[in-house]
Amino acid sequence: MSFLEVTAQLADGFLTTLMIFGITLVGALPLGLLITLGSMSKVKPIKWVFKTFVWIIRGTPLMLQIILVFFGPGLIFGAKALPRLVAVIIAFIINYACYFSEIYRGGIESIPKGQYEAGQVLGMTKTQIFFKVVLFQVIKRIVPPMGNEIITLVKDTSLARVIAVVELVKAAETIVALKSIIWPLFYVGAFYLLFSGILSVLLNLAEKKLNYYQG
Amino acid sequence: MAFLEVKNIFKRFGKTEVLKGIDFSMEKGEVLAIIGSSGSGKTTLLRCLNFLESPDLGSIVLEGEELFNAEQKYSDREIREKRLHFGLVFQSFNLFPQYTVLKNVCLAPELMRIDQSEKKLSRAEKIQIRKEIEENARQILASVGLSDKLMNYPCELSGGQQQRVAIARALAMKPVILCFDEPTSALDPELTGEVLKVIRELKSSDRTMIIVTHEMGFARSAADKVIFMADGVIEEYGTPDEVFGNPKSEKTISFLEKSLENITG
Repeated sequence: MSFLEVTAQLADGFLTTLMIFGITLVGALPLGLLITLGSMSKVKPIKWVFKTFVWIIRGTPLMLQIILVFFGPGLIFGAKALPRLVAVIIAFIINYACYFSEIYRGGIESIPKGQYEAGQVLGMTKTQIFFKVVLFQVIKRIVPPMGNEIITLVKDTSLARVIAVVELVKAAETIVALKSIIWPLFYVGAFYLLFSGILSVLLNLAEKKLNYYQG
Repeated sequence: MAFLEVKNIFKRFGKTEVLKGIDFSMEKGEVLAIIGSSGSGKTTLLRCLNFLESPDLGSIVLEGEELFNAEQKYSDREIREKRLHFGLVFQSFNLFPQYTVLKNVCLAPELMRIDQSEKKLSRAEKIQIRKEIEENARQILASVGLSDKLMNYPCELSGGQQQRVAIARALAMKPVILCFDEPTSALDPELTGEVLKVIRELKSSDRTMIIVTHEMGFARSAADKVIFMADGVIEEYGTPDEVFGNPKSEKTISFLEKSLENITG
């Protein structure tokens, strides 16, 4: 199999990888904020439910969660299985939302109390204080840890192969098994490197842009 | 009837009783300095006046209108409206770091007059209001000597300049009573002067101010009345000459002696 043929086949898998990555981000970023609000709730039972949920999701392997989302409904309720890609994306969104929520929470809690109080004595509402005073400072503070998670997500997408979704690694494995050549598997690394390299540059730009003020 | 009447304020945090029955009143245009050692409840009293803390007991009456009574429950909205009578300048400035100096001063008035407006404003009205607010902010910033820093960010300013922005920000909300919580305690000694000068210049017939301070010299020369607090009660109250020149209470005498030692070394 020629280099170009391998590249074309891997590119196919890479598209799936990109899709998992993109949809997970779009879903997990806002869902994470909801989970943050829940886990910071003043109502104890709500807080407790969210915290337990985050503990379970962060405390078990993502691979297991993918398998559960795919096979669970059938095993428990006898329901028809979800399409493989949909199951993967649901598992990813939930998993990453939990990690994001903890980063958001850390960011929100790191803002000094004085910022809230300054807003209060100036007659701002709670919503105004959050959106006009606090939120931007939170975003600035969480860009580095979020960057970490986002780059991890690039590589985690390869877990989708446990339920036979043909993403990048699975595409390479297929070639390896059929053609008895091993190098396509290593070639896959170049795709990940290139993609995470582009993301790193973008994240750096974002960090620089937000660095117009200190504190 | 006095301009501001504070009656029988009690406040406890857990087991610690911080305020144990505070009573005082002041007249319009007066400058009141509150002195006392750390932990005497000065800051808590100021925070109660600004509704950052809710007293367990007591009431606050401004111009004959009862603003606060511990026996009543207030909604967030009511508290927001009531606290606008007071302005507060913090020890640690608490400027909004992501905004320019000008925006720091304009933000709250804009939010109040545009976003919290009862009626729907047209675009032209909004632009007009923004213009007024900005014009006013520029004037206030000029009056605290910061005309050349309008577009700077707080992190680019010295502590003294930051505190002057914070004063301007509080003034922009046109509070009836302006409160200062140890406004110079976070500043290097060479920077306290410029802040105290600004506060001194704010003194006018219709501006009432309450200043919690450790600057005894400033309290003596700038204030009309002085309160000395110790262990959650008002230990001594009077004109600066009475409190500094002829203190009656043992605690006041020993506190003043200690502060004097610190100055003379």
